[in-house]
Amino acid sequence: MKARVFVTLKPGVLDPQGRAIHHALEGLGFDGIESVRAGKLIELELADSTSDASIEAMCRKLLANTVIENFRIERQELAG
Amino acid sequence: MNAAVIVFPGSNCDRDLAVAIREVSGRAPAMVWHGDAELPDKLDLIAVPGGFSYGDYLRSGAMAARSPVMRAVIEAAGKGVPVLGVCNGFQILTEAGLLPGALMRNGGLSFVCRPVGLRIENSQSIFTNAYAAGSDITIPVAHHDGNFQADAATLERIEGEGRVAFRYTEDVNGSANAIAGLLNDAGNVLGMMPHPERALEKAHGNQDGRRLFEGLLEAVS
Repeated sequence: MKARVFVTLKPGVLDPQGRAIHHALEGLGFDGIESVRAGKLIELELADSTSDASIEAMCRKLLANTVIENFRIERQELAG
Repeated sequence: MNAAVIVFPGSNCDRDLAVAIREVSGRAPAMVWHGDAELPDKLDLIAVPGGFSYGDYLRSGAMAARSPVMRAVIEAAGKGVPVLGVCNGFQILTEAGLLPGALMRNGGLSFVCRPVGLRIENSQSIFTNAYAAGSDITIPVAHHDGNFQADAATLERIEGEGRVAFRYTEDVNGSANAIAGLLNDAGNVLGMMPHPERALEKAHGNQDGRRLFEGLLEAVS
């Protein structure tokens, strides 16, 4: 099975990259953009037996820095 | 001084740090590879150098903080062995949980590489005892991810406990409270973005970094 881990900055943590993207989009003429936040998507291919708790531990121990980042796990069971 | 410098793939200030330690203490440090699970006995100092360990993959310092040698460093730090992290070393120490907060992309998004002014906020630590409290020194920085951030409660705690060792005298990278160097609660771990090993000899343009190593040598002798 596959799991996707979305790592995003916590609300309130300043995101200079998101701000730069925001400015660049406005520079291209797009208006109405309220804010831009940049994050990471990490795709994992895992043994089917991998538990939710184990994926969450991976996030806490390495994939996200929980001082500044939140994470969300999306399991994708492959059609058998 | 019995010192060790940790070497990760992608470290590039390990030899500068080793030269600084040798010049000041008269004894070359052991160079310890990241895959080693053990450190030499009876260390007076563990130095975690600057550079781009593991190519800064995932987050600066994230991979290095989980390498085998860091388990030994964390254990030694817990026993009171002095640990100095410079630049990428500071990032590694926060990722390893030895120091609070995180070092994020510079506020201005640019890599900053120049000498900067620092104020000595705490002159009581083993790392800063050779400086006068409140005095200003100049040390070079060279980093992309030096923007120190922590939540409000953490900032209040580290300020209240006098754990800010160095503060920028100008806005360098957007760091909360202009924090440039931070001590742990026991005072035996220091992380700093500026490079004291690059302000060691006359040829460097200034020698303000030398006193950090001299003070440390005095403190551990």
